[in-house]
This record gives sequence, structure tokens and C-alpha cells, in this order.
Amino acid sequence: MDRDRIETVTLRWLRRLVVAGFLAVTLVPFWYMLVLSVRPIERLLLDPGSLLVPLGELTVDTYAEVLRSVDDGGQGFGTFIRNSGLVALAATALSLLVALPGAYAVSRLRFFGRRQVSALFLAVYLFPSIVVAIPLFVVFTRAGLRGSLGGLVLVYLSQTLPVSVYMLKNYLSTIPVSLEESAAIDGAGRLGIIRRVSLPLAAPAIAAVALYDFMIAWNEYLFALLFLVDRPDRWTVSLGLSLLADGVEVPKTVLMAGSVVLTLPVVLLFFAGERLLTEGLTGGAEKG
Amino acid sequence: MTTTAKGPRRSPARPARPGRRPLTLRRRESRAGLALVAPTLLVVVAVVGVPIVWTVVLAFQRVRLATLRKTGLFGEFTLDNLDRVIHTPGFADTLWTTLLYSVGATLGSIALGLVAALVVRRPFRGRALVRASLLLPYVAPVVAVAFVWQVMLDPQFGIVNDWGRRFLGWDAPVPFLSQESTALWTVIAFEAWRYFPFAFLFLLARLQAVPGELEEAARVDGATPTQRFRHLLLPQLMPVIALLALLRFIMTFTKFDDVYLLTGGAAGTEVVSVRVYRFLTARADVGAAAAQAVVLALALVVLVALYLRFFARERES
Repeated sequence: MDRDRIETVTLRWLRRLVVAGFLAVTLVPFWYMLVLSVRPIERLLLDPGSLLVPLGELTVDTYAEVLRSVDDGGQGFGTFIRNSGLVALAATALSLLVALPGAYAVSRLRFFGRRQVSALFLAVYLFPSIVVAIPLFVVFTRAGLRGSLGGLVLVYLSQTLPVSVYMLKNYLSTIPVSLEESAAIDGAGRLGIIRRVSLPLAAPAIAAVALYDFMIAWNEYLFALLFLVDRPDRWTVSLGLSLLADGVEVPKTVLMAGSVVLTLPVVLLFFAGERLLTEGLTGGAEKG
Repeated sequence: MTTTAKGPRRSPARPARPGRRPLTLRRRESRAGLALVAPTLLVVVAVVGVPIVWTVVLAFQRVRLATLRKTGLFGEFTLDNLDRVIHTPGFADTLWTTLLYSVGATLGSIALGLVAALVVRRPFRGRALVRASLLLPYVAPVVAVAFVWQVMLDPQFGIVNDWGRRFLGWDAPVPFLSQESTALWTVIAFEAWRYFPFAFLFLLARLQAVPGELEEAARVDGATPTQRFRHLLLPQLMPVIALLALLRFIMTFTKFDDVYLLTGGAAGTEVVSVRVYRFLTARADVGAAAAQAVVLALALVVLVALYLRFFARERES
């Protein structure tokens, strides 16, 4: 057997092995999360190494406890979900609204200072959030907005806006200019072109960016910690989970149920959005 | 959109006004561009630009959380904060830890991402599902995955220590996240695990853009699979790898959540951003926190400049 043959055969088997290894490494932690969330805590302490749940052990009490409000003796995750959802939705809507015109202008129109603005958008995208956090903390403390969800939405703009501008700009520049030009020849004004041609074509991209923004805001931790820590009724799911995990009194299995509650929406959205992303951006242009 | 609508809509109406020459198409475009970019630019500057400048100002002022309501925006300037930050024990150590952490996590995530991209490159049954699964660590909330890792690595009821003792013959449980010898490595491993999907996505896209004829030709010429990777694919991937290294390094160098959630900065894992947070909350010393953040940003700028210079020279030769 020559070297080529040996390598080909070895690599074929190695590839299967490596794929299996990667799947194990990425999926087992999530599976473990799910398994622990439906086991009673006593069973976990007796048999910590199990990756399976005997059907008799299966319990959903953990979920009931994590979702019940604090008054009913639960952990109040229902409120956290509402808070997280509201903040993430508002931040997404706001950053799309603000990002779209700017991204369109930078990707399409020639104007004075375009290159500088474009460079600024990129620089802002790379800037660390911990540096931005301090003055925002100062401003919000002074204005008495700390602990308000509306304030948090404004702060989240600093996280979602740069990414949105950057992504939208890239997507928009893949739409052929000729489509807009033909609309202009047909007598459409600039706004008409944007509304009737560019926005519909960019719809998949806008949806993808919206999903991405929502995920950023839903997953965010540092700003929630800085701004909401004194107000348990305003906690987001991320913040609530991490603060409850610091205490000893809440069983780990209940917190695992909380982790599932925190992770599930994002993972579902991601799987829904993956299809959206692959649909191809200019694909619709030829058809329609 | 309502505010932006005015600019462009008004401009076509203008030529009708007496005594005005009609605008050229080029100037109309320029006006529309400025009108559209203005609101976005304004908000970006307000929520990101102003805070960045303000951090630098705060770094040279004496500001504490307790006296925040009384201090003006531009009080007297002082170098005390910088002095305090440098002379608080652990200043050099945290910078060094941050560097190790960023380099380790960057290299780890790129290496894992490269291997993943190479094995998922060619079609096989269930490939779409495998690809989506590999992206999970990246999209999942950091609080949830950090918590799962904590529980998995727990010396008492964690699955890793249980299996380690049962199958690998460990004598005693290993407290991965609380002993100095393992904590930093564990945090680096976590970071590599969480961000390899990012590298994987970029590298996979690049790999799929490599024309099939190129590899076919190499095969006809007798290049074995490893030779084809070494001399054909790797050079094609190098620019992407270099860009990924830069991006991941910048992002990791200033990362806060991951380390804070896993160890809280204990056991030799305190990175600079965790220190900034401590100055801000535990010590309520806004000035020192800002000074430490400025040190972080400066260190980052210097390192990135060094990297770019080195990389630019590499490309020339």
C-alpha cells in the first residue's frame, strides 16, 4: 500500500471519530443540563455519574419551583422571563430602527465623510463593553435610572447597534445596485426605492439581524448585573440564574431547570433562524 | 424612520423654488446619504462614542460612587487613580493572566474550529444537523453554559470527577475551578469550547470556496491528503486564520462574563476586566475603575499594533 492509500483510509476513519468526538463535546453539556433538570436532587447526590434518567425518577417539580412566583415559594423565573423578553424585544426593535438608515446610506450612497463613518462603525463594533460600562453606570446612577428596564434597553443599544449596522451594511452591499437603478428610471424617489426595493430584498437579512440582536440582549449579563442587581423584581433570566446559583439554599437541579428555561428560547430561535440565513439574499431578486 | 423621511423627500421639491438651480443627481445622493446616516451616527456616538471618551476623562478624576451626585463633569484632574491602580497588588499579574488567557483561548478556538471545519467539509448523511449542533456552544447563553460547566466539574457531584474516579483511576476529586494549577487552564478550555464555532463558521465558508479543480489537480500530481492540506488548503486559509486570530484576541482580551461566572476571578484567573468590575463595585471607586479600563484599552491597542506590524511584514516577505 502506498502512502496515499494509507492516508486516505486512516483519515476516513479518523474523520468519523473526530465528528463523533465533536458532537459529544458540544452536545453532552446540554444533555447533562436537561437530565439534571428532571432528576430529584437526592438521586443526583447518590449517583452523580449518570447521563440517563430512569423513568421512575422523572420529575417536573423542578420546573414548577423555578417558574412559580416568589410569593408562592418559587424562584420567580416567570417574572424574569417577562423582563428578559421585554428588554430583548425592545432593544432589537430599537436597534433595527436606528441601524437601518445608516447601514443603507453607508452601503449605497456616496456622501461626504462616508469612508470615515464606515470606519467608525467598525471601530465601535470592536470596542470592549467593559470600557463603555463605567460612564453608562455613572450616568444612570446620577439620573436615577439604575434599576429601570427602560434604561437597560438604552444600554443594550450600545451592544446591539454596532453589530446590527455592521451586519446590515454587509448584507445590503450584496444586493445588486442595478435593481435600484431600474426603479429610479421608472421614476421612484429615494424613499420609494428603499421601501419598495431595498427593504423587501433585505428582509431575510433584517430578520437574521433581528434574531442576532435578540440573542445578544437575551444572553447579556454584565450590564444586567451592573444595573439591576438591587432590584430582584427587575432581574433578567441570566442575572436571576447567576445570583441564585451563588446562594447555597437553592438545589442545583432547580437551577438546572432555570438554565434550560434560559437556553431554550435562544436555541429554538437559532434553529428557526438558521434556515432563514441560508435562504440566500439575492435569490429572491431573480424570482420576483 | 420618521425623522429621516424628511430630508430626501424635501430635496426633490426644492428645484421648483424660484432662483435655485436644480440639484444634480450626485448632490441629491450626497444629501440623502447624510440625512440617512445622521440619526444612526448620532445614536452610535451617544451610546458608544461619548462613553469611551468619558471613561478617559473619569480616569483622571477623583470620583467615588458615594460622592457621585456631588462631583461635576469636569472637576480637577489628577493622576492619583493611575497611581492607585498600578500600586494595588496584582496589577502586573492580572495583565499577564489576561494575556495568557487571550492567547490560549484564541489559539484553542481556532485550532478546534479548523479541525471541525475540515471534518465537516465534505457532504455526509446528517451533515446539516452536525453543523448546527457544533454552533450550540456559541449561541447558548453564557450564564447557562458556565453554570453547567461548574456543575459538571464540581468535586462533589460533578460528572467529570465521578467518571474520572470510576474510569480513569483518579485518587481524589480534582477541584478544577478552585485550585491554581488547573483554574486558568479550565477557563481557557471553556473559552476555546465556547468560541470554536465562530472560527468553524469562518473557516468552513472559506474551505467551501476553494475550487475543486485545484485539489483534483494536486491529487493527479500525486499529493497525499496531508500534503494537500499542508501545501494547498492551509495557504488558502491563512488570511482567514490571521483575521480570526485578531478578532478573537480583541474580543477575549476584554471579556468579562466568562471568567467572572466560572471562578469570580479566584485561583489566579483574575483578568483585567474582572479587576475593573471590582474597582467599580466592591471598592466603589469609579476613578480607579476607569483608569484600569484605560490601561486595558491601551494594552490592547499596543498588542494589536504589534500583531498588525508583524503580520504585515510576514505578508510582504
